[in-house]
Order: sequence, then C-alpha cells, then structure tokens
Amino acid sequence: MSTPRPHRGSLVLLLPIVLIVALVALLFAWIGGWFGGKGVTPQAMANTAEASGSPQPGFRRAHSKGICIIGSFEPTPAAAQLSTARVFAQASTPVLGRFSNPGNDPHAPDNKAAVRGMALQLKTDDGQEWRMAMNSFPFFASSTPEGFQALNVARLPDSATGKPDPEKMKAVLVKHPEIANFMAWSKSAPTPDSLANTRFNGVNAFRLVDAEGRERAVRWSMRPHAPFVAAEPERLKNAGRDFLAEDLDRRLAAGPLEWDMVMQFAAPGDPIEDPSKPWPDTRPETKVGTLTLVRAQAQAGGPCFDLNFDPLILPKGIVATDDPVLHARSAVYSVSFNRREREISQGQARSGSGSAQ
Amino acid sequence: MNRPSHFNLLARVLHWSMAVAILAMLFVGAAMVVSLRYREVLIDLHRPLGLAILLLAIVRLANRLRHPPPPLPADLPRIQALAATASHWLLYGLMFAMPVIGWAMLSAGAYPVELFSGVHLPPILPHSPVLYGFLRPLHGVLAYVLFFTILAHLGAALFHAWIRRDGVFEQMTTGGKSE
Repeated sequence: MSTPRPHRGSLVLLLPIVLIVALVALLFAWIGGWFGGKGVTPQAMANTAEASGSPQPGFRRAHSKGICIIGSFEPTPAAAQLSTARVFAQASTPVLGRFSNPGNDPHAPDNKAAVRGMALQLKTDDGQEWRMAMNSFPFFASSTPEGFQALNVARLPDSATGKPDPEKMKAVLVKHPEIANFMAWSKSAPTPDSLANTRFNGVNAFRLVDAEGRERAVRWSMRPHAPFVAAEPERLKNAGRDFLAEDLDRRLAAGPLEWDMVMQFAAPGDPIEDPSKPWPDTRPETKVGTLTLVRAQAQAGGPCFDLNFDPLILPKGIVATDDPVLHARSAVYSVSFNRREREISQGQARSGSGSAQ
Repeated sequence: MNRPSHFNLLARVLHWSMAVAILAMLFVGAAMVVSLRYREVLIDLHRPLGLAILLLAIVRLANRLRHPPPPLPADLPRIQALAATASHWLLYGLMFAMPVIGWAMLSAGAYPVELFSGVHLPPILPHSPVLYGFLRPLHGVLAYVLFFTILAHLGAALFHAWIRRDGVFEQMTTGGKSE
C-alpha cells in the first residue's frame, strides 16, 4: 500500500472539533438535568422526604414503617370481561404486600399515622406482575406532583423557628387550592381502629383493556369485610407504639382477613388525570375479586422490604393513564429504592433496618 | 497478514447504526432518571433498545474477530495508536457490559425485565439488595465512562478527517476501491 503523504489540515480546524464535542456534552448535561432544569425532579422530591426527619439509611424515604403481608387474590367472573390481565382469569394469584404508615420514621408510633398504605405484588403463572400502592385517603392531596412537592416543602420546619412557616403554607394553598380539600378531609375523617377495617384506594386512574381492545378508565379500591370502627381519640392517644401490627396479628390468628377489590368506572367528562378529584359515588362499580390475607410478618427480614411497589409495574390488560401524580410516584419510588438499596449494599443501614441481607 | 484498506460493509453498517442506538440510549437513560413524567415511556424504550444493542454487539464482535480491521497509518504517533486501540476495546467492553449490567441489576432488584407488553426476559441474578445496590450505581458510572469515551472517539475521528487527513475516517465511511 503506497499512499502519497496526505495534505494535513490547518490546526485552526481543531476549533470546530472542540465545539462539536462540547455541544454534544452540553446537550447530554442539559438532558440529564445538570443545568437549566426548572421543573421538580424525582430527586428533589426524595430529598424533601428525607429532610422531613432524621436520616434512616436503608429505609424507604416515605412510608418507612411497615408490615409484610401474605395472602392471595381470587377474581370474580366479571373481572375477565373487563381486562385481559391474567390475574383476572387465573383461579387464584399469590399476593405479597405491605401495610405502611406515612412519614420517614420507621419506628414512629402508630397513633400518629393518620393515613395508611397498602401495597401489593401479584405475580401470575405467565410471569407477569402487577404492583400497586394504595392509600387510606379517598383522593390525593394535589392535582400535580409540583403541588405535592410544594406542600411538603412548606411542611418542613423553618430554620429560624424550628416550625413550619404558616405564610409558606398560605402561599402554597393559593397556588394549589385543591390541597385545601385534602386538609379538610384529614381534619374531619375518622381513623379506623385497625388495618383490617381500613379501606384502601388506588387514587390514581388506570385503564382496563378487554379482549376486544376496549379501554375503560377506572379507579380501584380495597373494601374491607371487617366492619368499620372508628378509633376513639382517647384510646388512640394511649395506644402502644405498634398497636396496628399487634391488632393485625391478633385478628389473623383468628382467621384470614378479606377485602373486596372494586373498580369504579369514570363517566364521560370525569377528571381522569386529576387524582385530587374523586369521582361521584354514583358512578358504576364492579367487584373484580377478593383479597385474602392469611399472614403478617415484620418488615425486618421480611419479603416485602426490598421490593419497590412501583405502581407502573402493570400486567398486560391494565395500562396507566396520563395522571401526572401516578407517573411521579413511579419516578420517586425508584429514587428511594436506589438510595436505600445502595445504603444496604454499602453497609450503611443499621442492623435491623429491615433488609433481608 | 493481509489487512483490508477499509472496514467491511457489515462492520460499517453496524458501526453507524449502533452509534445512533448507543447515543440514543445514553440520552434516554440520562433523561429518564430525572423525569417526573416520562420515566415509564423512556424506560419502556430503554430495555428493548439495550437488548438490541447487546445482540448487535455479539454480531459485531464476531465480525471483527473474523475480519481484521484496516491498519492505522504507519506514521501515527505511538501514543495515538495506543489510545485508539485501548478506546476501541473499551467501547467493545462497555457495549457488552452496559446491557448485561442493566439486565442483571433489574434481576437483583426483583424488577420484571419487560421487553414489550407481556414479553419478559428471565432474571439472570437472584433477588439481592446488596447486588442491586452495587450494580445500579455501576450502571450509571459506566454510562458516563461510555459517554466520555464516545466523545473522545468522535473528537479523534474528526481529527483524522479534518486535520490529519490520513484516510482513517474514510475507513469507516466508504468501502474503498477494492469493493
């Protein structure tokens, strides 16, 4: 191979080369949020949850206190008409789940838990999974993740006074007026005296897809068979730190606990993408199955601890809506999961943190 | 050994299609971890695209081993030749490592490895918080290593094309006279 000596280009051409490389790098940094990002990020939301209390390495950033639950789900015949999800065709699906208290303190007293969570993982025989994360509130605090983030920032103690600044909260309510509905609900709603008689609501809307490809917008809830009993404020005040888990164990020792899974269908014009606006109770509903819990287990060393109950892990036949809060929950849970598993991996989590490792 | 003057057609097609795919993958990855709204759509793209890159990387490595690449110019300074060889093998290593680590970390995190609605890959690791907590940050760090290696590769390619004008860039853009 004899090639003539090439005619070299001027070194001035280094300039466009450097420019091109720098532009690609800048574009990458911008996409990755290193600069110029004005919106709320999942990282910022996880940071706010962390700032609400003392650091709890290895634990979830929110809903840190919890109990693992084990049981099964049996669908009704009506369910298979609504969605092709295998969980509605299979006779029974094993369930692994978790009850939780809000906040970032994994040892908080149960009588401070005004709302409670129920997360479930259903794995069917075709290898598909459905994870859901429900709450005892009937609707979400805010229409948007931005509103929820503003609310949580306003709840943080002010550095000067050590208490939340009421002026900041007022400003948040002006900008996100729907939050007032949630505050009114939390002030007036009676707290059930047990997890067994607590109703849990999916809050976010999803779409069920049937065999013909027809889609129906739904919100689901788990309605307990155990009758509702409101906790008496006096007894609640003196209740033990873990009275919810103790009560659950006592009830499960006597027999399984059941919830009806009910789908509520949106009517045309109902706000599908706004979880702060419940649909009227008069909307048609269908019971799609029964959730039966047979066993509870401490989250420390339990099978639910190192699972991310990401509400966007959905089986074929159930799809997400554009509800921005639903998508934000998935994003923030992922950040929380990444942070805590990293802490566990690096040995920063205290013993008894809850991880099985 | 009889070395060709240019990369063969398969190598060139794989190089340019994978260049697009890998750059898209890096940008999708960077965007999805900070997105409050588009994580789901981006991750639904990230997983199948990652598997496609892994499969293409296997074809590419096989082709590379069977068809030796054209030589670098004899007058290329030793340090540049060394950097070229090292960065090429680093790129190959990361092309394999990134999808495999992604698959492994999802397995260790007990996530379903969904390619398309209803189509899953089996886990390649048991559920392990310790492994997930190690592999997930590793996936992010190596993504940056890959990105910076690609930037260096791009800068070097343009340096060969515009300043050295030694035909190295054309080895990957044209088939040469022999084809």
